[in-house]
Amino acid sequence: MSEDKHHHIVPYRLYVIVLVALLVLTFASIGITSIELGEFTVAAALLFAVVKSVLVLTYFMHLKYDKPYIKLMVAFVFAIFVVVIVITFLDYLYRV
Amino acid sequence: MNNMAEHQHAHVEHPDMYDPESSKIGMWLFIFTELLLFGGLFIVYSVYRYMNPDAFHLAAEELNTFIGAFNTVILLVSSMTIAMSTTALQKGHKKVAIALVVITFIIGIGFLVNKYFEWGIKFSHGIWPGSEQMLNEMSQGEILFFGLYFVMTGLHALHIIVGLIIMGFAIKGVANGKVNAKRPSLLDNCGLYWHLVDLIWIFLFPLFYLIH
Repeated sequence: MSEDKHHHIVPYRLYVIVLVALLVLTFASIGITSIELGEFTVAAALLFAVVKSVLVLTYFMHLKYDKPYIKLMVAFVFAIFVVVIVITFLDYLYRV
Repeated sequence: MNNMAEHQHAHVEHPDMYDPESSKIGMWLFIFTELLLFGGLFIVYSVYRYMNPDAFHLAAEELNTFIGAFNTVILLVSSMTIAMSTTALQKGHKKVAIALVVITFIIGIGFLVNKYFEWGIKFSHGIWPGSEQMLNEMSQGEILFFGLYFVMTGLHALHIIVGLIIMGFAIKGVANGKVNAKRPSLLDNCGLYWHLVDLIWIFLFPLFYLIH
């Protein structure tokens, strides 16, 4: 238990790599939404945003080095959010 | 008995309540409430977008993708610098840690300056919540788009300002030694909050600026 108090020191280099990945994804999402993809534009933009947020949560927000119960809590909240969105759209898509 | 009295005495004498794990859980619980706050707004946005696809498409053209992209880039960089400040503090490089938080602070100010100009351009075009131009010349869907744009980016900007204030406390704490390698919670939580602000922008940017 006391060993957990010893913080994992994340090297600067890892943060730089994550930043570069985030920037590449940002420009890729700008590129892909400028092409006319019709309905897929929204899906593509959101997919890039989800990948980016996973990177931020995992590395910048330290979840990778946190205890499992913290990861579970975060995953649970996001799962609740997704469920609410799905239920909302089930309502709107199938309204008569 | 004697032992207990001694223990209590020690407790009064030195009430050190520092507990990094509790601090972290508390911060995450707060972040969850923030996610659900913005989450609710994102649901409102997606429902109205679903109901007014053409108006949202048209209104989004009005937004400047360049300024949005620029703000995205600087906010991502600022997230990295504040994450690095924790590393610096853990390594015992106090001055580097302070410098990195100060850089983050300056970038945050830069974000707000860009937002000021961005909103200023909208205002000069007669677009603000409840403006005559909006009420008389825009369709219902466009009014909804700009209403959500101002509320969501405004609420986000408010979070930037709060983040800057917390950074002020973090800088002060690191400078006077109260926040150090053994007690990094304030800086850690400041970082977590700033990453949350970044996280929200990661979704705001494509939804308002890119999808049209």
